[in-house]
Amino acid sequence: MKRVVITGQGTINALGTNVSETWEAMREGRCGIGPLEMRDVDRLAIQIGGQVKGYDPETVFNRQQILLYDRFTQFTLLSAREAIAQAGLNFIGDLATRTGVVLGNSGGGMNTLDENYRTVYEDGKNRVHPFVVPKLMNNAAASHVSMEFNLKGPTFTVSTACASSNHAMGQAFQIIRSGMAEVMITGGSESMLCFGGVKAWEGLRVMSKDACRPFSANRNGMVQGEGAAVFVFEEYEHARARGAEILAEVIGFAMTSDAADIVMPSKQGAARTIAGAVKDARVNPEQVGYINAHGTGTAANDKTECAAVADAFGHHADDLMISSTKSMHGHLIGGTGAVELLACTLALREGVIAPTIGYEEPDPECALDVVPNVAREAKVEVVLSNAFAFGGLNAVLVLSRV
Amino acid sequence: MSDDIKDKVIAIIAEQAVLEPSDVNMDATLEDLGIDSLGLVESIFAIEEAFDISVPFNANEPEKSEFDISSVESIIAAVRGLVAEQSAS
Repeated sequence: MKRVVITGQGTINALGTNVSETWEAMREGRCGIGPLEMRDVDRLAIQIGGQVKGYDPETVFNRQQILLYDRFTQFTLLSAREAIAQAGLNFIGDLATRTGVVLGNSGGGMNTLDENYRTVYEDGKNRVHPFVVPKLMNNAAASHVSMEFNLKGPTFTVSTACASSNHAMGQAFQIIRSGMAEVMITGGSESMLCFGGVKAWEGLRVMSKDACRPFSANRNGMVQGEGAAVFVFEEYEHARARGAEILAEVIGFAMTSDAADIVMPSKQGAARTIAGAVKDARVNPEQVGYINAHGTGTAANDKTECAAVADAFGHHADDLMISSTKSMHGHLIGGTGAVELLACTLALREGVIAPTIGYEEPDPECALDVVPNVAREAKVEVVLSNAFAFGGLNAVLVLSRV
Repeated sequence: MSDDIKDKVIAIIAEQAVLEPSDVNMDATLEDLGIDSLGLVESIFAIEEAFDISVPFNANEPEKSEFDISSVESIIAAVRGLVAEQSAS
């Protein structure tokens, strides 16, 4: 089996327009959640989110591109440009055919859907722009990345709700590990912060009106975010031969299905996935120093996740750190695992554990070290990133220092 | 009027529980009736639609919501309150 390393990373999210701004915000425990700015916001019961603000697509894309790029595709391309520039790869010849793209997202072009439904239903028009379909399709982002960078290997999109990005990165990992490709561009994006996107989430009655406070006894729900993060996964010998800077190694992955409930999480399913990922990574559970939690801030997720971690790690659960950065950037749904992997590379590269902010009251059902409110300096060797999706689909990645 | 509210709420709950309205006891909890978390949010949605009211309920902190869901009787009382508020405003 080949080894897989990360040689580039890029992002845009509520915390920043690149990795260094995002890392800085995570170090400072800054909150990117604020009042939503969108049409008809006064008709929403939930009016906060982790929105990307001060972003003007016209400064980075031309008119023709904007006609084809939904916001989730724009976020993806900006992140991919940053990641690929850092990796310093030029995709020509054999490398082009040996490089693919696997990205996660849940909603596809939700803004495009929302705007065009308004056009036909609310405005009563009988005609929409000819590019609606290629703009809203879930694979648009992956396809545009492949076109912009001439990537001709395995390319597709994974859509498993809140686990989309972790599933995508797990696939990219396995594709390189098995020798099917040399390099994979992977991660995910989401842009669901439009009227219909927020309205749909309101219906479930699991959203907070004021803040995302994972693991805190007074938590009252999740807060949606938007953005993207993209990584360059590369076969280890390939990266070493060209003297690339290696940010981290991807050493394990597991995915399972609860086969139980369409929305409620399962402790057994989560624990089984965590244990499976650690086993796949061939490390001892005691080597795991940090977990980036799924940590949505809902009553159900956080207590179930803590119980699963306690189950999977036994006594060691009390020694490791676990934090939820959703408290800062919100829940990016299909893009969330990608942005959260940045907290993992931050831990491994910089020795900084991003905090769980908004933490106010201990919850006996979440009695782990959740790194409350303030980032912590700590040297960790092995880290996990959890994602547990609606539909009972679980995906956990394991990273280590090189 | 008030019996109308009671009958409508019981009909909504009975439909979720797949029971006859006559089998829905006033002191039963939703759990007794076999209504899970999704059934609960669906029932609240149906109540909002039936009475044209907005029910303040967050599934993360049911005990803090002004809308008391501890029994069929309490739900009916809460709906009566909201309907009265609605017609007063």
